[in-house]
Amino acid sequence: MKKIIEKAKFADFVGTLLSDYEVFAPVKNENGLVLFSRISSPEEIFLDFRNSKKPPKEFLFPQVETLFEYEPGKVKVPSVEAIAQRRLFLCVRPCDVKSFLILDEVFDTEEFQDVYYVTRRRNTTILAMGCVDPPSTCFCTTFDEMGPFSREGADAFLVDIGDRFLIETLTERGESLPLESLPDASDEDVQTAEDVEKKAVEKVDRKLELSKLGEKLDGMFESPFWDALHEKCLTCGVCTYLCPTCHCFDISDEALDSKGRRVRNWDSCMFPLFTLQASGHNPRPTSKERMRQRIMHKFNYFYKNYGVYACVGCGRCVENCPVNLDIRKVLEGILSL
Amino acid sequence: MNPYLPRLAKIEKIKIETEDKMLKTFELSFLDESERKKFDFKPGQFCEISVFGKGEAPFGIASSPTEDGPIMFTVNKAGVVTTALHNLYEGDIVGLRGPLGNSYPIELFKGKNIVIVGGGFAFTTLRALTVYMLDNRGEFGEITVVYGARTPGMFLYKEELSDWERRDDLKLYLTIDKPAEGWEGKVGLVPSVLEEVAPSSEDAFAVVCGPPIMIKFTLPVLDKLGFKPEQIYTSLEMRMKCGIGKCGRCNIGHLYVCKDGPVFSYAQLRELPMEY
Repeated sequence: MKKIIEKAKFADFVGTLLSDYEVFAPVKNENGLVLFSRISSPEEIFLDFRNSKKPPKEFLFPQVETLFEYEPGKVKVPSVEAIAQRRLFLCVRPCDVKSFLILDEVFDTEEFQDVYYVTRRRNTTILAMGCVDPPSTCFCTTFDEMGPFSREGADAFLVDIGDRFLIETLTERGESLPLESLPDASDEDVQTAEDVEKKAVEKVDRKLELSKLGEKLDGMFESPFWDALHEKCLTCGVCTYLCPTCHCFDISDEALDSKGRRVRNWDSCMFPLFTLQASGHNPRPTSKERMRQRIMHKFNYFYKNYGVYACVGCGRCVENCPVNLDIRKVLEGILSL
Repeated sequence: MNPYLPRLAKIEKIKIETEDKMLKTFELSFLDESERKKFDFKPGQFCEISVFGKGEAPFGIASSPTEDGPIMFTVNKAGVVTTALHNLYEGDIVGLRGPLGNSYPIELFKGKNIVIVGGGFAFTTLRALTVYMLDNRGEFGEITVVYGARTPGMFLYKEELSDWERRDDLKLYLTIDKPAEGWEGKVGLVPSVLEEVAPSSEDAFAVVCGPPIMIKFTLPVLDKLGFKPEQIYTSLEMRMKCGIGKCGRCNIGHLYVCKDGPVFSYAQLRELPMEY
């Protein structure tokens, strides 16, 4: 179903969502950063954004999360109900929606289900929004079937067509959104949306041809390519923290006397402690091995395991790297060897 | 089922294994006895042991599934969790998560001659495997064990080793690095003793666990004896956290040591980057 929401009435629409869901939407904070946040009123939403500084993955896989609490002789199982509320992610960009499908491969396996992630994920409705004005750091069209208007993984999809949004439902969940009272989209609206889409897709002009990448990387573990690549890397880890598909984590205990909790925190393959063994041995001792691991894991190992790259082309690592290490150039370098 | 939740276990017994007191064996039993029946494992698998407040670390299971009662782990005091574990007393409570990982390929080993090559404190899951084979003796061919330690006091499971020495259905060769008073076994490093013992590679598998330097010099000897890479197995160690293939730190190539290992054949390892 395709409906129209007048921009002037968008706040009313969000208001109806707020009575049914916990809503997470882009909000501009006091420092001028646009971040996804839980909103309590429609006025908090900030729509004049290209993409959020941090990806919304933290609402499925929080940066810090208690796995359980313990006290002497007792492990207190956390209540899954506490994280099982109906959630709605509003105005998520298609690249970040795709990242959820990639994270599903890791956390929602038949063998070991990550109950924390899976519980949130299964209770989340995704109302995505097309990127009318993709920034120059984007390269989403590099990946199969992806682009600034890719619908994959979304329950419903918003397109900004000037003074109004066109909303398209894509799944049963999307159909169950409170859309009955909205007017149907006219043929003209649909045509406008298609034009907007076409223009946006053309704007993402950095498209890499990756079909030979797997094969290249297979034979590259010992390549001198890695010797120079890592030299300016500070191993600060910002690329992994802001990556919507990075999912590595640490587990540690926080204790106060005999009580405490076991927490997991985002971790990064760029940090030396990530693989440091108690004996002092470290299989990835320098930034060379760690940079190689990041590239290999995203573009070779992950693809081998799940048939998809662990990258969605959102460009956050390109935009935020303090030494301008551009993953697109890295890939081009590999492909040119 | 929540794969991150440990089950509570009581330390039934602690035994100091080595003369430097750095290795202790812990016998653990679940507080909820019904958990023991559900704890179905094979030699080569591991568990995550929690010392609440300090964290969790992975340890190979040293007991064999053929043994009833407590589950056994032998722990080297090396980091935060192992030090905390060494400081505990009998009766203290820890957490246990597992069994995790794959195992030695028992089905593949059946009917074959098995050569076990161990060094130092890496003999824990090799003990599990050896006990398993001895308890199912009819199902395996010849069993040869070459086990080396720096000094006589550094062997694990000393009483058991002297029981094994008296058996005629297992060939045991113990070796120490330098001559020591009262030592009647072999003297020399594991690779040279293995070369001297020269077990046949025909219809055989070798299982090698030990320090990297021992493995490095043992592989050429096995090659000389005619063992092909697919006839040689080992168990890898990596820093681990989740133990279920999600947290990302133990991967080597596209495999995760915790989920796809820890046991690998050399044929498999040759296909992977040397990043361990």
